[in-house]
Amino acid sequence: MSTLKPGEVSMGTTIMAVEFDGGVVLGADSRTTTGAYIANRVTDKLTKVHDRIYCCRSGSAADTQAIADIVKYHLDMYTAQHGEAPTVKVAASLFQEICYQNKGGLMAGIIIAGYDERDGASVYDIPLGGSLHREPFSVGGSGSSYIYGYCDKVFRPDMTKEECVEFVKNTVSLAMTRDGSSGGVVRLAVIDKDGVERMFVPGNQLPVQYLG
Amino acid sequence: MTSIGTGYDLSVSTYSPDGRVFQVEYAEKAVDNSGTAIGLRVKGGVVLAVEKIKHSRLLVPHSNRRIMTAGRHIGVASAGWMSDTRHLVKRTRDEASHYHGTYKANIPAKIIAERMGMYIQAYTLYSSVRPFGVSTILATVDVDGPQLYMIEPSGQYMGYRGCAAGKGKQAAKTEIEKLDLDNLSVRDALKEAARIIYAVHDETKDKLFELELSWVCAESNGLHTHVPQDVFDEAVEYAEKANDDDDDDEEMEDDDL
Repeated sequence: MSTLKPGEVSMGTTIMAVEFDGGVVLGADSRTTTGAYIANRVTDKLTKVHDRIYCCRSGSAADTQAIADIVKYHLDMYTAQHGEAPTVKVAASLFQEICYQNKGGLMAGIIIAGYDERDGASVYDIPLGGSLHREPFSVGGSGSSYIYGYCDKVFRPDMTKEECVEFVKNTVSLAMTRDGSSGGVVRLAVIDKDGVERMFVPGNQLPVQYLG
Repeated sequence: MTSIGTGYDLSVSTYSPDGRVFQVEYAEKAVDNSGTAIGLRVKGGVVLAVEKIKHSRLLVPHSNRRIMTAGRHIGVASAGWMSDTRHLVKRTRDEASHYHGTYKANIPAKIIAERMGMYIQAYTLYSSVRPFGVSTILATVDVDGPQLYMIEPSGQYMGYRGCAAGKGKQAAKTEIEKLDLDNLSVRDALKEAARIIYAVHDETKDKLFELELSWVCAESNGLHTHVPQDVFDEAVEYAEKANDDDDDDEEMEDDDL
């Protein structure tokens, strides 16, 4: 199993994505570290791979950027050959193929979420081994272990877009306060049939919570 | 052929002065010598039918099938050299399986048709190879519904509502054009397909033949399969009756004379 090389940039991270009727909400913290040093405190871990398909990246920054670039290329080729946009499932399958075939050499935990005309909104999770899971919502990264209980308690399958945005904001900021490798700001993306809306919560305007 | 002896037909890598590639046209001739194959795209499914001409009574029934399955949802019927067909079916299977491996989704009809078209076309470019002596009919149901494509030895491929290849293709196309394909049920399409194959079969030239029938539709669970025996028998009964009636009509016309 791979570990970070000395000096390699890691995204000890909190990422998540939630499905609602007609769209998805993605969220992530913004901390990138090299050991104890914060290499970037305003990182954007939500990466576009197609018009209405984004991924949340966790693990090695270099590995996940490279994978996202390759998938983006294949999705562009797919669009040209098929004459229509790929489904989220197709994008997730491409990610999985790369993650599984190279499982020994990669440090990558990726969540893929988006909207397509065939299947509507969907969220897929690809954890470390390269397996693929479709889920109504998914959390990932080092911060996720602190907030599973919160998610299970608060999540409802029938939430509105606004409720999902609140859910993601709260969950990510809770993880950010407990996980030393997560922090900075909360970045969000809402994807539905009309397009993508990017949102941002500054570090001093995070939801109020117990900080003792 | 007008150009015999000019030398323009010796290689697939030589054009004739009027822009033809004779080796490809000869491959098409090979297809025209074959038993007829037809495909019908109707409401809710696609059916394939083939007139398999038998050269011996000793052949085991249902052996040497000319309709093959190239993926769970893909049927291939062909007219032409069977050995070439088997090669192309293997390639179709490989393409379908590779696509599924990459995208975890069934390959759409237009993609498999394009890829097979590209493959067949590559055999019209080099003097070291001969073009495929096969017209390939692809029948599938994909995410956009029932699809029917036919690929020629030249590599040209097109989507059809109904198509035919082989020695009876002209007569078969005339019959297919009379059908209301968009409103025909799959079961009725099988009957019509059987009728057309029986009608275009030339008893005087080829005595023995076996009908092959297959479908891709809801009733086959979206899979390509040869039809069950009862469905087959029903179609054959309809075909024989329809052709008997036609023969009677012709006799009556003779009486009038």
